[in-house]
Amino acid sequence: MFLKKVALAGAVAGLMGSAAFAADCGPSGKSVRILGSDFPAIQAVAGAAEANCAANAGEFTINLRDNTRDMMNQALTPNPAEYTSVIVANSTLTQLMNDGLVRPLDEYVAKYGQHLKPSQLITIGGKVMAVAFMANSQHLYSRTDILGQAGVEGIPATVEEIVAAAEKIRAAGIMEHPIVMNMKVGWNVGEIFNLFFFANGGELFKPGSAEPNVNSPEGIAALGTIKSLLEYAHPDHLSHASNETQGLWEAGKAAMAIMWGSRGGAVLDDEGSSDEVTSNTVLSAAPTAGGGSTPAATLWWDGVTVAKNIPDEDAEATFAALVSGLTPDLMEEHNDKAIWLIEGFQAGPAAAGVSATAAAGAKPYPMIPFINLMHNALGSELVDFYKGDESAEDALADVEAAYRTSAKEAGFLQ
Amino acid sequence: MKHRTFFWFILPTLSAMILFIALPIVSVFIQSLFVQHEQVLVVSESCGPFGCVEETQVDTEATAKLREEQPLGQFNGLATYFDRSHLASAEIAEVWHTSTGLSSFIDGIMDLKFYKALVFTLTYTFVVTPLVLIFGLAVAVGVNNLPKAFRGVAIFISLLPFLVATIVGSMILSWMVDGEGIIGATLQNIFNDPSLSIKASTPLMWIMLMVYGVWHTLPFAFITFYAGLQTVPQDTLEAARVDGANKWQTMISVVVPHLMPLVSFVTLMLLMDNFRVFEPLVSFQAEAHAQSLSTFIVSDLREAGNPLYASASATSMLTILGVVILLTPVLIRTWRDFNAKVH
Repeated sequence: MFLKKVALAGAVAGLMGSAAFAADCGPSGKSVRILGSDFPAIQAVAGAAEANCAANAGEFTINLRDNTRDMMNQALTPNPAEYTSVIVANSTLTQLMNDGLVRPLDEYVAKYGQHLKPSQLITIGGKVMAVAFMANSQHLYSRTDILGQAGVEGIPATVEEIVAAAEKIRAAGIMEHPIVMNMKVGWNVGEIFNLFFFANGGELFKPGSAEPNVNSPEGIAALGTIKSLLEYAHPDHLSHASNETQGLWEAGKAAMAIMWGSRGGAVLDDEGSSDEVTSNTVLSAAPTAGGGSTPAATLWWDGVTVAKNIPDEDAEATFAALVSGLTPDLMEEHNDKAIWLIEGFQAGPAAAGVSATAAAGAKPYPMIPFINLMHNALGSELVDFYKGDESAEDALADVEAAYRTSAKEAGFLQ
Repeated sequence: MKHRTFFWFILPTLSAMILFIALPIVSVFIQSLFVQHEQVLVVSESCGPFGCVEETQVDTEATAKLREEQPLGQFNGLATYFDRSHLASAEIAEVWHTSTGLSSFIDGIMDLKFYKALVFTLTYTFVVTPLVLIFGLAVAVGVNNLPKAFRGVAIFISLLPFLVATIVGSMILSWMVDGEGIIGATLQNIFNDPSLSIKASTPLMWIMLMVYGVWHTLPFAFITFYAGLQTVPQDTLEAARVDGANKWQTMISVVVPHLMPLVSFVTLMLLMDNFRVFEPLVSFQAEAHAQSLSTFIVSDLREAGNPLYASASATSMLTILGVVILLTPVLIRTWRDFNAKVH
């Protein structure tokens, strides 16, 4: 009985303690409906918003699912929209803005966003369109034990060093295919091209226009770089996306990988792998290529937006609820779930790769309205080159032709 | 049945078909004739966690105004049907002029995604359909000849591939033939070649997909033929036996002709289904080696982010056209048989 009372008192004190920071949830009795992708960091942000503001809201729903980008435009098009907020990334914000479905957030930021860092605000044409809370990028994962065993010193920093290390590992008979990377036909093939195209100094479009610019010396150099890596990659690479590469890594079947930073936490934790793999895995910056200094990576952010086609007070309550969760408290509790952009974040081992990649000057994934069309064209037309059926020049010419066809249809080119 | 009675009898079905099948097809066709408005672009500065850059954006207000004036978009006629993603008339003309011989002409055509997909789809259709018909009939006859006690179990087992959802069945097989899977890894061990991979080779992938296609659709043909076998007239069979026909001759001259209407029906269904092959391509992650018109529709509607409705609609219409062309010979045949019976 006594113990029960103590426990109860403790719980009450705890509640009071957390209530000391009463979140400002904006107008009460409004509807907050959040749509987002289903991964731990977003679960944490949406969960915090719910804990802080569900009581204040008339309706509070969270829908986290896969492939949100396939349905978010449709969901936000009617008036009133199906959701009051979508949690987006660089490319999906573009997708919503192309149809004019999200509203500027400046007045809400002034009212509820004092604790946000200026760099968290995604401003386009002078208006805040989203508030970012986490970052992501691709980078290098290495197995120090295997590299050491093959006589490689240190962690490779360039593609040339990775290839040399892979050759040593193969020659030593440790692994036939020491490299894994996300090369699944479609989005991933396009993204890998972006990484090495940017690392070789390429620009996807001619400045200020929607004209493609990939059939260039930089494009050919990028394909050459990728091919040199694929020489040592798993034979099934054209069917590998993040789940497959993470699986191979955790099974100890690879020595070097180019994978997403957001997989770092899951790779390094004590589930799904052996101690031998996790204790020897080091996350470092994405490699540079061809003597350049730009890492082969694209920087991504995830952030919150507010729908346009909803009542203003719902919008205000939604914004207030979501940013109320973006605090150092949330970050401390969920430190290893993401590379947080929130004030005071200390990068742990799982975040080291992304931090180093961003610090080395990687480029952000472009927020251009026609980027998805280019990405799609790259993803489907480069496959012939990777299979060895076509030259780099022909494949890149095909990419430009395919892009032009869809850009004309979408009204970006005439 | 009187025409009037027939009309009232079929009215509910007919109206549902017009409402849910015919009208949507008309709407898809209309959509395929229009492309989006010219997008009004502005260059502005965008800033975020990684600094600021000058980037092009859509001027949504100006574009919305254009959209309001003409909600369907710009009229494009049949141009979408002939662009590079579809029939590619201009590209073919160019390949025709620049190619140096038959093989370079074929290479040029196979570089166009529509024709590449068409070659796979047609190969798939014309390999899988006859195999399913032959094996389906063979299994049906086999089961029919079993002692009665075993038939129930045999039917159940033969139907299993059909009961497993396509996406699940192909996913399981896909994991098994993966380089790290039980079949894939065993093959690598047997041939002592770590680079041997079904998923990395176009011919092996095609064979895999077709084997899967036969395995999955076989039960449909089997159960239809099995039902048909129950109706084979016993006296005709007996007469054949009295005339001294052996089992094989009876099969070819009595059973198969009796089942011919069912064969036409199954062929129709298989041609339609196989021409629209989709799920196995996704589950086997076969996009590198095999695409079909259906995968293009999905990619236009989903991968593109902001959907390319005109392109997807044009591909849909071309798929319908393809199915109609494929079915015509079978339909003509059925029509002739029908007339022959009436007169």
